[in-house]
Amino acid sequence: MPLLSPEEFAKQKVGAVQDYAILSWQAVANLFSRPRYWADIFTQMDLIGVGSLPTIALTGFFTGSVLALQSATSLKTFGAVSMTGNLVALAMVKELGPVLTGLMLAGRNASGMASELGSMKVTEQIDAMRALGTDPVRKLVTPRLYATIIMLFFLTIIADAVGIAGGALISVTMLGMNASTYFSTSYRALQYADIVQGLTKPLFSAFIVATVGCYFGMNTKGGTQGVGRSTTQAVVVSSIFIIIVDFLVSRAMIGIFGR
Amino acid sequence: MPQELLPSDAVRPGRLTEKEPVVVFESVSIAFDLKPVLENVSFSVQPGETRIILGPAGGGKSVLMKLANGLIRPDSGAIRIFGEDITQIRERDLYKLRGRIGMVFQESALFDSLSVEDNVAYRLHEEQVPPDEVHTRVVEALKFVELEQAIAKFPPELSGGMRRRVSIARAIVSNPDLILYDSPTGGLDPITSTTIIELVMKERDVNRTTSLLITHRLQDAFTLAMNRYDRAKGTMEPIPGNGVDEGTKFLVLNEGRVVFDGTTRELVGSTDPWLKQYLS
Ligand SMILES: Nc1ncnc2c1ncn2[C@@H]1O[C@H](COP(=O)(O)OP(=O)(O)OP(=O)(O)O)[C@@H](O)[C@H]1O
Ligand SMILES: [Mg+2]
Repeated sequence: MPLLSPEEFAKQKVGAVQDYAILSWQAVANLFSRPRYWADIFTQMDLIGVGSLPTIALTGFFTGSVLALQSATSLKTFGAVSMTGNLVALAMVKELGPVLTGLMLAGRNASGMASELGSMKVTEQIDAMRALGTDPVRKLVTPRLYATIIMLFFLTIIADAVGIAGGALISVTMLGMNASTYFSTSYRALQYADIVQGLTKPLFSAFIVATVGCYFGMNTKGGTQGVGRSTTQAVVVSSIFIIIVDFLVSRAMIGIFGR
Repeated sequence: MPQELLPSDAVRPGRLTEKEPVVVFESVSIAFDLKPVLENVSFSVQPGETRIILGPAGGGKSVLMKLANGLIRPDSGAIRIFGEDITQIRERDLYKLRGRIGMVFQESALFDSLSVEDNVAYRLHEEQVPPDEVHTRVVEALKFVELEQAIAKFPPELSGGMRRRVSIARAIVSNPDLILYDSPTGGLDPITSTTIIELVMKERDVNRTTSLLITHRLQDAFTLAMNRYDRAKGTMEPIPGNGVDEGTKFLVLNEGRVVFDGTTRELVGSTDPWLKQYLS
C-alpha cells in the first residue's frame, strides 16, 4: 500500500464515514417505498435468527452460570449469597445479555454479510444486479438490516432467560440455594428501567452488525483477498462499535431513568 | 452557412425520432486514481446497429460499456441512451432505463446462489410477470441459447461457455432494446466462440436489436460483419458476393482513445499504421 499524506488519509476516512452514513440511511428508508423484498427479509430472519439460536443459547447459559459461580464467592464474604439471583438477573438483562448476543452476532453475521456481499461485489454480481434494474441496497442490505433488528431483539430475550436459568441451575446444584429464593430475588431485582435498557441495546447492536457488515461487503475491492480483509474488518469494527454504543446507551439510560 | 443547403433530417417529421441514435457518447472522459482510462471518447450507435468494439487489453473497453449502462459515471462529457442523458439523471430513474438494456458481463456475473432458471428469470420476477409466463419465457430464452437441459443446474456446475450462454439468455429474456456484450467469447475455444457469435448474429438478424459488442478475437468480429443468420436453415451463412452487413460497424480503442470509428470496409481500407498492425 502506498503511503498517504495525512490530508489524503483524513479525506479517505471522512469519505468512508459519509458513504457509511448514506448506506445506512438508504437501508432504513427503503422499507418505506416500493419495491419491498419481503421474501428476502424472511430468508434472512431464518438465517440470522434460527441459525444463531444454538450459539446464543449456549453463550447465555454459560454466562449466567459463570456469573452465579463468581458472584457467589464474592457475596459469601458479605454473607449475602442469597443475593446471587439478584446479581445474575441484573447483569444478564442490563449488560451481558445484550452485549454478548450482539458480539456473537457480529462474529457470526457481520462476517457472513461482509463475505457474502464482498464475493458478490468482486465477481460483479452486484453490478449485474444493478444492470438488471435492481437496487442492491434495497435487495441485499435492507432485508438484512430489518431481519437483524427483529431477530437480535428476540435472541437477546432468549439469552437473558437462558442465562438466568443457567444461574439458577448453578445456584441450586452447586451453591445449595433454594430455587424459589433465587427466582424471587431475580424477579424483584428487575425494574422497568432495567428491562427498557436491556431491550434498547440490541436494537443498536443489530443496526451496527447489519450496516457495518453490509458496508464492508459492498465496498470490497481486490479479489478474494479483499473479501477476507472486508470480513475481518467487519467483525472488528462492528464489535468495537457495539461496545462503545453499549457504553453510550447505558450512560443515556442512567441519565433518563436514574439507574 | 453551407450546412443549410444540405438536406436536413430535421425538416422531415417522423424521420428524426426513427433516426435518433440509441447510444451517444460526447467527449466522455474518466480516470481511476488519477490514471486516465478514457479520454474524449465520442461516437454514436444508430437503431439496429451492431457496434463491435476492438482494442488491446486494458484499453478501457469494459469501462466504456459500464458507462453506457450507467454503472459508473464519467468525470466529464455526456452519455445519451435512448435520448436521455444518463450522466445527469438520478439513480432511481437509471433503474427504469436499465430495464430496456440487457448486459452480458465479461465474467458472466451469474448469481451463483440462484439456479439457471432463476438467474434467467431474475428480471421477469422483478417486473412481477406472472409465474407461468416467466417459465415459458425462460425456457424460450434457454432454447435460444440451446441450454434448456441445464435449467435446474447452478452456475458453479456449468462450464465457462455454458455460463456465457446463460448470461446471454438472462440479457435477452426481457427483449431489451439495447444489448451490451462484454467479451462474450473471451477465453473460450474456437467452436464455442463460433456458437456464441452465431447467437449474437441471430439476435441481430432475427430481432434487429441494437447492440454493442466487445471482442478480442478479430476473427469473431469479421465473422459477424460478413455473415448473416439464415432462419430457414438455423445457421449462419456468408453474405453473398463478399458482402458485409451494413448495420455492423466498428470502434477501435487504444489507451483510452478512439482510433477508429466506421464501417467494416473503412476499417479494412484504413491506412493508419497502428491500425494496420493491429489488424494483421
Ligand atoms: N473499478 C476500477 N478501479 C480502478 N481502475 C479500473 C477500474 N476499472 C477499470 N480500471 C482500469 O481501467 C483500465 C481499463 O480497464 P478495462 O476493464 O476497461 O479494460 P478492457 O479494455 O476491458 O480490457 P480487457 O480487454 O482485458 O477486458 C485498466 O487499466 C484498469 O486497471
Ligand atoms: Mg474488459
